Amino acid sequence: MATELKLKELSKKEDRLTPGHRLCAGCAAPIIVRQILTAIDEPVVLANATGCLEVSTTIYPYTAWNVPWIHTAFETAASTISGVEAMYRSLVRQGKMEERNVKFVAFGGDGGTYDIGIQALSGMMERGHRALYVCYNNEAYMNTGIQRSGATPLGAWTTTSPVGTVVPGKPRHRKDLTAIAAAHDIPYAAQASPHNWRDLMKKVRKAVAANGASFMNVISDCNRGWRHETDQTLEVTRLAVETCYWPLYEVEDGEWRLTYRPKEKLPIEEFLEPQGRFRHLFAEQNKHIIEELQAEVDRKWKQLLQRCGEEE
Amino acid sequence: MSRFEAMDGNTATAEAMRQINPDVVAAYPITPQTSTVQTFSQFVADGEVDTEFIRVESEHSAMAACIGASSAGGRVMTATAANGLALMWEMVYIAASNRSPIVMPVVNRALSGPINIHCDHSDSMGARDAGWIQLYGENPQEAYDNCLQAVRIAEHEDVLLPVMTMYDGFITSHGLERVQIEDDEAVRDFIGPFKAHEPLLDIDNPVTYGPLDFYDFYMEHKRQQVEGMKHARRVIPEVAADFEKRFGRKYGFFEEHRLDDAELALVVLSSTAGTAKSVVDDLRSRGIKVGLLKPRVFRPFPAQELADALRDKAAIGVMDRSDSFGALGGPLFMELSAACKIHDVPAKIVDYVFGLGGRDTTPDQIESVVRDLADIADTGKIKQLVSYLGVRE
Repeated sequence: MATELKLKELSKKEDRLTPGHRLCAGCAAPIIVRQILTAIDEPVVLANATGCLEVSTTIYPYTAWNVPWIHTAFETAASTISGVEAMYRSLVRQGKMEERNVKFVAFGGDGGTYDIGIQALSGMMERGHRALYVCYNNEAYMNTGIQRSGATPLGAWTTTSPVGTVVPGKPRHRKDLTAIAAAHDIPYAAQASPHNWRDLMKKVRKAVAANGASFMNVISDCNRGWRHETDQTLEVTRLAVETCYWPLYEVEDGEWRLTYRPKEKLPIEEFLEPQGRFRHLFAEQNKHIIEELQAEVDRKWKQLLQRCGEEE
Repeated sequence: MSRFEAMDGNTATAEAMRQINPDVVAAYPITPQTSTVQTFSQFVADGEVDTEFIRVESEHSAMAACIGASSAGGRVMTATAANGLALMWEMVYIAASNRSPIVMPVVNRALSGPINIHCDHSDSMGARDAGWIQLYGENPQEAYDNCLQAVRIAEHEDVLLPVMTMYDGFITSHGLERVQIEDDEAVRDFIGPFKAHEPLLDIDNPVTYGPLDFYDFYMEHKRQQVEGMKHARRVIPEVAADFEKRFGRKYGFFEEHRLDDAELALVVLSSTAGTAKSVVDDLRSRGIKVGLLKPRVFRPFPAQELADALRDKAAIGVMDRSDSFGALGGPLFMELSAACKIHDVPAKIVDYVFGLGGRDTTPDQIESVVRDLADIADTGKIKQLVSYLGVRE
């Protein structure tokens, strides 16, 4: 029997990512990782791309991981877990190892996933390895000091899309990586947010039960890069969902399904306003960027509703 | 029973891979290695191996998957060439530092650019400081034999380093020769079972692979890699001795051909050594006391042994099938010169860069090298330290 998704039951489980790691106060990444690893009752083996999660949890000779864990490089979480998973299948098939229903999970930030690692991820998904790839998406290269990525939204300030006298932040929209993953026709792809932990954990269970590769894109608030107080983490991710900036949905065997629909779709300003990275957008001369952002959120939301067969 | 077959180097290598029967192979096809991967794919398709074969989308992923699979706890192989090796560069270093005993045949091919698919040694020579053991072979037989021995060397518990085995693109990879393929059981008995060291898949004893390693421990870990390489100097001859006992073919750090009483020495790697041997024989019949030394092990570099073999020569002509731009000469020349200096070999040493991008190297050109050496021996003077053979200038 799987552990019930109730806090009382879940709190009895042993932590697989233990306290003592050095991630920042208020970082969403360890919240997400613990939610994911708590959702999985089976043994897990993890691969991790270079990034905040990796450098902060394994400063030699210490490790915060209570489960097998491997890091090789920045763009290689998907290819590394492919090798680990293939070895497991090989050894089990040859009778050299007992089958224990091991779940393979790779973690990468948006840098390691949207950008430098997208080829390896595409390969892993196309080959159908039984592994869950999780992008903890904080929308910039936070580990190296807040540089823009393919996940950074239009207008956002980062250190490589700074707000200048001529250019007001990032000049292009982000790409839709969840849809790109789903386009691989993998059995399971989803978007999730740590503020809605039960939704996230249900998705994890579907993902690791899938017969093939699965992908989850989880919005991961970074108060250092998003510029807000450390206690606003889950509130800001909640606003990302309530504004439909980060819709919660899943694509299961090709079927698109909303897993949460806001009662009232909030204006994008509600998500932008608490974050310093968007502060300049509220200046009079930049307000058109907010309009563009709202138009893009509306367009993508409409597209998603259509894909999910939902009424507008 | 062993059998003789007409085989090219790639087919012989695929045969070796079939007999080794790795638990995981992750590979990407690239000219001139392609037929190895194709032949091995057929072995997988026909159930002749137990291997889980990952048809990766690039060489970078090939090596990353190999490191993951090796760390997981099993025998792992790949194969590549030239730009494929260059693409996996980052991971090649990580494989060595992770102490993953991966075996990788490298079919030597010129690195781009300009793009070229033919043989030189710029690919593997560029990787000489990556922390891998490097074995060079002259012909399909040596490609096969080196591949088998590489497994034993890599997995030796005092070594635990990856090994790349080189042979020349097209010349050896696609040239048919007589190859003795050993009996499957005899090969498996020779290489033995894989013994995992703290595997990632030991679920009940979780380990962390590839942690962040700063100034407080990084240097010790690099020092341990050096120690593994030092042990390899002992293990490579031990494995060769066992190989000779079982299969009758003798291997050392290098091969000597009429070198003992030679006054002039050629030093050249891989297939060109075959041509050079015939030149040596021809010149010997004309009374010229020339011999040949063909290095097999480039990493670890057997400096003392090479120096001892060349100690009493008057002049040494190194032939480099790759250049090191802006350096003193080609990599083989530089390393050999350093070895001779350190170990007090008085001989004059000159370098000939040859065969880049598959440029043909003729017996006449090799003979011209020997004429130069004779002149240097006579006069004690070097006219040109580094020359380029057969190039329009």
